[in-house]
Amino acid sequence: MTERLKEIYGSVPVIGWLIGMLVAVVTESAFGAGLAYALYLPKVPALLGLTVVLKQPSMFPAAILYVFLIYALPIFFAAGLTAPWANRMAAAMEALPLWLSAILHLGVLYLVLHLWTDMSDYRLQISKLTMIAVMLTLSINVINGYMGEFSCSHPGFMALGAYASSTFSLVLFRQDRLFGAPILPEFLGPYMFPLGLLLGGVAASLGALVVAIPSFRTRGDYLAIISLAFMFIVKSVFENLEVLGGPRGMGGQPHWATLPAVFIGMAVCIVVINNFVNSTMGKALNAVRDNETAAEAMTVNTRRTKMTAFMFGAFWAGVAGGLYAHELRYVNPSSFGIQSLAEILAMVYFGGLNSVVGSVVGALSIQMLSEALRPLELFKWIIIPLLLILVMIFRPTGLIAFRELNVKRTLGPRVRKSGG
Amino acid sequence: MALLEVSNMTHYFGGLRAVDSYSLAIDPGEIRGLIGPNGAGKTTVFNLITGIHVPSEGRVSLNGRSLIGLRPHRIAALGLGRTFQNMLLWRHMTVLEHVKLAHYSQISYGLMSAFLGSRKLSREEIRIEENALRLLEIFDVAHYADQIVTNLPYGAQRRVEMARAMAIRPKVLLLDEPTAGMTTEEMIQMIGIVRRLHEQFKVAILLIEHRLKFVMELCGRIQTLVFGEVIAEGTPYDIKNNPKVIEAYLGREDIT
Ligand SMILES: Nc1ncnc2c1ncn2[C@@H]1O[C@H](COP(=O)(O)OP(=O)(O)O)[C@@H](O)[C@H]1O
Ligand SMILES: [Mg+2]
Repeated sequence: MTERLKEIYGSVPVIGWLIGMLVAVVTESAFGAGLAYALYLPKVPALLGLTVVLKQPSMFPAAILYVFLIYALPIFFAAGLTAPWANRMAAAMEALPLWLSAILHLGVLYLVLHLWTDMSDYRLQISKLTMIAVMLTLSINVINGYMGEFSCSHPGFMALGAYASSTFSLVLFRQDRLFGAPILPEFLGPYMFPLGLLLGGVAASLGALVVAIPSFRTRGDYLAIISLAFMFIVKSVFENLEVLGGPRGMGGQPHWATLPAVFIGMAVCIVVINNFVNSTMGKALNAVRDNETAAEAMTVNTRRTKMTAFMFGAFWAGVAGGLYAHELRYVNPSSFGIQSLAEILAMVYFGGLNSVVGSVVGALSIQMLSEALRPLELFKWIIIPLLLILVMIFRPTGLIAFRELNVKRTLGPRVRKSGG
Repeated sequence: MALLEVSNMTHYFGGLRAVDSYSLAIDPGEIRGLIGPNGAGKTTVFNLITGIHVPSEGRVSLNGRSLIGLRPHRIAALGLGRTFQNMLLWRHMTVLEHVKLAHYSQISYGLMSAFLGSRKLSREEIRIEENALRLLEIFDVAHYADQIVTNLPYGAQRRVEMARAMAIRPKVLLLDEPTAGMTTEEMIQMIGIVRRLHEQFKVAILLIEHRLKFVMELCGRIQTLVFGEVIAEGTPYDIKNNPKVIEAYLGREDIT
């Protein structure tokens, strides 16, 4: 029986699982509210029912039943049933250029996400924050995982990106208490948003340069200290910059971090980072990490490699910071402190070093867990660190570490017609 | 003018004179040996030539171009390939990735291509991979291509390191005790490998060895280094019969 199941579900390609998820979210839109009512659930469970269960343990059977009927059953049913058809689809897409096939898959994923988040604003916000967390985790993985340095400045980079892009939006397009009347007509704003995010990324990269020059000119482990200092300096600079709101921060950013905007930002971030770390040029990071002398003897300019990678990682943290500011529509310096650092580090070390998939899994699980465990309040901060310690003991490099993501192979069909 | 020329190179580690007025001239296609007891300064000579340390005094030049003060990656790209006595491999990388990465200075695509995965990048990656696989074939490690390098047997790791050094297209190859830790059988196999790569690539080779048999078989000329100083230089026959060399090696069983 299990053999048979393994055989069926082992042959479902990625597109098959996406179809399953699509069926599940459509099922939920249609029957979710009714089912929740019938099961005496207070409302449609936002995050797989965990929150409900923690608040009202007696709701456990109902929540399980809901998740089973709305998610598990439709996903497995649809994925299993459509497997042969999905494989044919995957094979057809494999014949297309890789980028087109990737866009088609991402399109379906976006549709799933759109329908799922349409059910509740809370879901929508958590989804966006999770995607931003994916960007942060992946970008710190470039430095701490792929390059094997220990950097602590990510919240600082995020802050630079958040403030730079917020300033861009508020100065150009908004009537604002800090900057006065807008310079450009507001309808142009959303189109210029990518430019604002780019500006945030560049600001973060320049900040990275400030850290990198003293850290990488000499050998030795100064980066951890210098980058930690950098994080605190950035925070206190923004606390003291009255033009940018000082400790009260900046508010009223336009609502441009929509679901598609954040989704596209994350997708581009993943694609670009994955391309880089899989190229021979990007593999130089691994060589620098594993043995710098040998890397240098094999013609790798190790100093430039480290600088570039550090600024590259910072860039994406800056872009993520820009999205974050426009999602919350309010930032202040205290959002970019030690707690934010702890969260980012937890995500990257939990998910797995040197792995794109690991970063996605790490960000997703820690963010979801952190939301789901919210009713436990203080205990949340016992459970999550305990979990981290367990992972560190049993898988010291994280859940899915040192795994290369081959997009072509991942998206391809799982069973091929013989002779084909 | 010789291909690689070192003259009067001296180096101090603090108060210790590790290398004293060392000179060397290698012509294209030559195989030279550098022998001497442990701690004589042989590895330091390599580190000075390849830029890991900057000599306190003296000149080093390749094809007439001075290498003094250049960073190691520049020196390597100019045509000096090397292996390390304790094999500095990258422990999380596969065999194929090792050899591909040593093409680093030959990469023609830029950062933007690497980010965006341009067509130029794919073409270049394919070219590098083909070349790397060819080198793996030559060193008889192609069947390990996708394995993490630390999973390989010791002898195969040595060969991967040599394949990696050849990927930078060296004019001179520096081998630091390539048979360290090998059995006599493996050593004899290694003689064949060095010979073959010498013939195939027409590369000049400078090799450090403990085992006289290995150098005697391969090298036209041999230098003997003791306490940083060259005490004897000549053909294998001269070296074998030089009383100073015999004295330096006295009581050692690996002289044969
Ligand atoms: N980086 C270094 N710093 C200080 N002393 C060193 C360094 N490298 C080598 N030495 C010293 O220089 C001498 C020669 O070492 P080495 O060149 O490794 O000898 P060999 O390779 O002939 O065995 C030894 O006394 C060693 O301790
Ligand atoms: Mg040595």
